[in-house]
Amino acid sequence: MTAHVSARDAVGTSTTAVPLRRQRGGGSGLPSGKGGGLADILGVGPPVVLFLLFIVVPMIVAIALSFTTWNGVGNPTWAGLSNWSKFFGDPTAHSSIWITIQIVVLSYVIQTPISIGLGLFTAGKQRYRTVYATIFVLPLLLSTAGIALMWESFLDPTFGALVPFFSQSWLSDPNSQLYALILIIAWQFIPFHTLLYAVGRRQVPAVLYEAARIDGAGPVQMFWKVTLPQLRYTFVTSGILMVTGSLTYFDIIYIMTKNTPGTQNLSLDMYVTAFSATEFGYSSVLAVVLGVVGIAVAVGLVRFSGFGRMQSQQEGVN
Amino acid sequence: MLTRLRPARLLPVFFATIWLVIVVAPLYYMVLASFRAQADYMTDNPWIPSSGLTFSSYSTVFAAGLGHDLVNSVIVTVVCIVLTVVLSLGAAFRIIRRNSRWVGASFSVILFGLAIPVQAIVVPLYILMVKMHLYDTLYALILTLTAAAIPVSVLIMVSFVRDIPRELISAILIDGGTEWTVFRQLIWPLSRPVMATLAIYNGLNVWNNFLLPLVLTTSNNKAVLPLGLTTLSGSLTGANTPAELAGVLLTALPLVVLFIFMRRQVMNSLGGIVAR
Repeated sequence: MTAHVSARDAVGTSTTAVPLRRQRGGGSGLPSGKGGGLADILGVGPPVVLFLLFIVVPMIVAIALSFTTWNGVGNPTWAGLSNWSKFFGDPTAHSSIWITIQIVVLSYVIQTPISIGLGLFTAGKQRYRTVYATIFVLPLLLSTAGIALMWESFLDPTFGALVPFFSQSWLSDPNSQLYALILIIAWQFIPFHTLLYAVGRRQVPAVLYEAARIDGAGPVQMFWKVTLPQLRYTFVTSGILMVTGSLTYFDIIYIMTKNTPGTQNLSLDMYVTAFSATEFGYSSVLAVVLGVVGIAVAVGLVRFSGFGRMQSQQEGVN
Repeated sequence: MLTRLRPARLLPVFFATIWLVIVVAPLYYMVLASFRAQADYMTDNPWIPSSGLTFSSYSTVFAAGLGHDLVNSVIVTVVCIVLTVVLSLGAAFRIIRRNSRWVGASFSVILFGLAIPVQAIVVPLYILMVKMHLYDTLYALILTLTAAAIPVSVLIMVSFVRDIPRELISAILIDGGTEWTVFRQLIWPLSRPVMATLAIYNGLNVWNNFLLPLVLTTSNNKAVLPLGLTTLSGSLTGANTPAELAGVLLTALPLVVLFIFMRRQVMNSLGGIVAR
């Protein structure tokens, strides 16, 4: 048994509670046992308190701090909209935004087709494909810090693995460093999305392929007319995870190229402004932008993709 | 049915093999390098094993204190896994029972957290931990990492627990059982598979998390493995890349062992966590 989470639930943040309520028909119709009230407090209380205290309150504090000037000593002083007007004229922030956009777009464009291809490949039942699938998962076992150190030495211009073939400083050359990072990030995340597509493909009912074959469809037509439409949940879920993940990407960039402006995305800009320049007020502007864009993109992708309207993934089967 | 299309069959294998090489090449390079002496690393061909195989890099990283980081990582990960699984199962149980309106409301609130990126709240979290006198403790990591794992875990638990037949719940209640009996005799035992899934998924996330330890701890004896790895080069003599890479492999070792014994479970858990 695997966890059975509909992607619709996983992403439909604002609307999820509604279908739950509808299916269940308020009050659940069951007798409520003794101790229900206490159980509610014990069951829901602790996670809600943790979540409010360490996720929701900090988000509100970030918004409040964005209207102040503060270097961490003493009390924050009210600064009105000055941080925000600084943001709109700040070339560093504009550069971080442009780099963030490049990372998001290129990550999506590179990772999606490769993940689909490898996912369909590893969904096959042949023994050798299981072996491939197992090896494909290996990057997931490394920590991000480990991946960064590994690629740093692999690409080292003096002692690295590519020295016999190229003499190029991939990570310090401003022309290549951002793209090198994007490829390393792809190396890290394609395995996860491959797994998503493989699981998604295995759940496509075989009867659909059977029907398509009887209708005279070839492998190419089956891919476009059966596989892809059936994988739309996976496609949207994977896409949302990819976009929101690369939007806020931090670890590898911080470890590998932290002091170069050419790879500084919004997350890193926020971190440096907060903890190196100790401008908590202005860094909160960047944090709020990150948070708002993150939430907007997640919710927007759900709506734009028509995800909320999709009915059964099995339509056409019954 | 595909036997008549030989060349078309080979194409996927060809591309998959290219990716296989891309995955394996840096790993192969890293394993070889971690077994080289420091001097051999600078002179030998990176693709061929050095003649003098040595484990010295592995003892070097332990001497540099990575063992202590390992203990920290294990503590944080195990506590986070237990907390997340227990808290989210408890919450899911109450949410599907729908006893009161505020329980449903808190579910909607928790779900909103799915969209909040943790990067956006690290500065307030840092300030909060300083004010709570928890800055630079493992408690700070455990609390924040658990809180960050709660939305997705509760969601997964709810969608699992609500598939438990309601007839079973009524049967226990009609027999005079309490809510606690329902939980202990029905929900808990039936939820074992999804608990394993959540343990693996959240365990990987916590084990590998970098940003929160970076922001919330500072002293060496509070460092978890990912953080320890990045500061490792500072505590080694000279540029000792083989030792750094040995550190990377040691960090991955617990997960590799887990993976060897539970390969199918791990892959299904990660792939099935959001797929339907």
